[in-house]
Amino acid sequence: MADVPKDLKYTREHEWAKQESDRVRVGITAYAQDQLGDVVFVELPKVGAKVTAAKNFGVVESVKAVSDLFAPVSGEVVEVNGELLQKPETVNQDPYGKGWMIVVKPANKAEWDQLLTAQQYEEYLAQGGH
Amino acid sequence: MPGQAAPRLAPEGLNATALKRTPLHQAHVKAGARMVPFGGWDMPVQYTGIVEEHRAVRSAVGLFDVSHMGEFEVEGPGALAALQHLTTNDVAALHVGQIQYSVLCYPNGTIVDDLTVYRVGDDRYMLTVNAGNIDKDWAWVTEHTRDVKDVRWRNASEGTGLIAVQGPKAEALVGRLADRDVTALGYYRFARGSVADVPALISRTGYTGEDGFELYAPADRTEKLWTELLAAGRADGAAPIGLGARDTLRLEMKYALYGNDVDETTNALEAGLGWVVKPAKGDFIGREALEKIRAEGVQRKLVGLEMTERAVARHGYPVQRDGREIGIVTSGSYGPSVDKYIAMAYVETTLADIGTELAVEIRGQAKAARVVKTPFHPSRVKKA
Repeated sequence: MADVPKDLKYTREHEWAKQESDRVRVGITAYAQDQLGDVVFVELPKVGAKVTAAKNFGVVESVKAVSDLFAPVSGEVVEVNGELLQKPETVNQDPYGKGWMIVVKPANKAEWDQLLTAQQYEEYLAQGGH
Repeated sequence: MPGQAAPRLAPEGLNATALKRTPLHQAHVKAGARMVPFGGWDMPVQYTGIVEEHRAVRSAVGLFDVSHMGEFEVEGPGALAALQHLTTNDVAALHVGQIQYSVLCYPNGTIVDDLTVYRVGDDRYMLTVNAGNIDKDWAWVTEHTRDVKDVRWRNASEGTGLIAVQGPKAEALVGRLADRDVTALGYYRFARGSVADVPALISRTGYTGEDGFELYAPADRTEKLWTELLAAGRADGAAPIGLGARDTLRLEMKYALYGNDVDETTNALEAGLGWVVKPAKGDFIGREALEKIRAEGVQRKLVGLEMTERAVARHGYPVQRDGREIGIVTSGSYGPSVDKYIAMAYVETTLADIGTELAVEIRGQAKAARVVKTPFHPSRVKKA
């Protein structure tokens, strides 16, 4: 079973979200990167862009597939992991660490509670993850 | 590979029950391969990772299960005439022990399939065809040679396993297990013999741009051959390779893949296969149309593109010049050995010259690309 850190929240589209004081860091899960295979390209929004919960905010591409990235929460993008442009494989190597994608300043705190807990996400994966 | 849709981050929940299996299916599953549907077959797309497998083939040796491909045997005094009628290349030039790349065309010059033709005896040949086209090709070759006298066709696809051994260490590996000297076997030549005590047709061919072999063996002995090759090659870094790396390896060589780069809508000349179209040999299906196209000049050409702006071009994406659509991408990916985003595309002939600056439309945005010399990565196949 793929690694699912307890201190994160999750989406059904396999993004993780991490509360860091008043901001939320976002990436894709270990399960997601494993399913994708070698990540060769990541397209992310610019700092200042607005993202909307459950809406597409970027793209991750493996050798075989193009996959949309979905925002866990709505808000303004305050940081972007520019290193992924040159080293997209970081997403495979360290999905919960150096492979993070964006940091969002949330607009609506209630959305956080809508996300899956680690336990719920594990159950979701156990049912097939889709 | 066909079907490059844009799935979400979820596995494909496809019903695998109707898919066909090669003699190595169990070995793939046991080895932990990720299986995917391909051309009606349940095939390994990767074992450890596409990029790692790609590099193993370029630097050492990789083993591919290509048993899903089809083999047709044709024999009799009319076999040569039948093949001359069906295929674009000149089969009369083929000696026993030689192999020829060729094309089956429709009357309008578009492509039924691409294939290799083996001359196995004076009046005997074997054709190797694409897995997804076996039924279509079988109907095509038998129907269109019904009037040729003294020809017998046999579809040997089910009873035949096929393993490709590719990479700079392929010759040493196959040589250790073969009952004959394989070093003297030239490119597009074959010999009968045995490998690991399994009777095999040993063919100096491949789809990677590396030196190597394709070993045809009886289906019920293919797993033994696979297991012994892996064991004997372990010290050399021999690894099983999935269809994912097979695709990136062939893309770096600009080898066409049926269903992606060539199909029933593309003619053999615009696809760059004019080198196997030989009207001087006499009549064949598609000859008249291809001669006309050759005389008038092709409208578009299959070229190699390198993305000069970071982005991945994929099958079906439009190619533009100054905002005008002038072509279409047929294959595209990251090329691990060239460390660039590369693609194959049909573009208007006037914009097909090396160095031409174009753009690929990716999710609504024009991303810069350039026509480049191919193969993208230097070929290291054995010289005949």
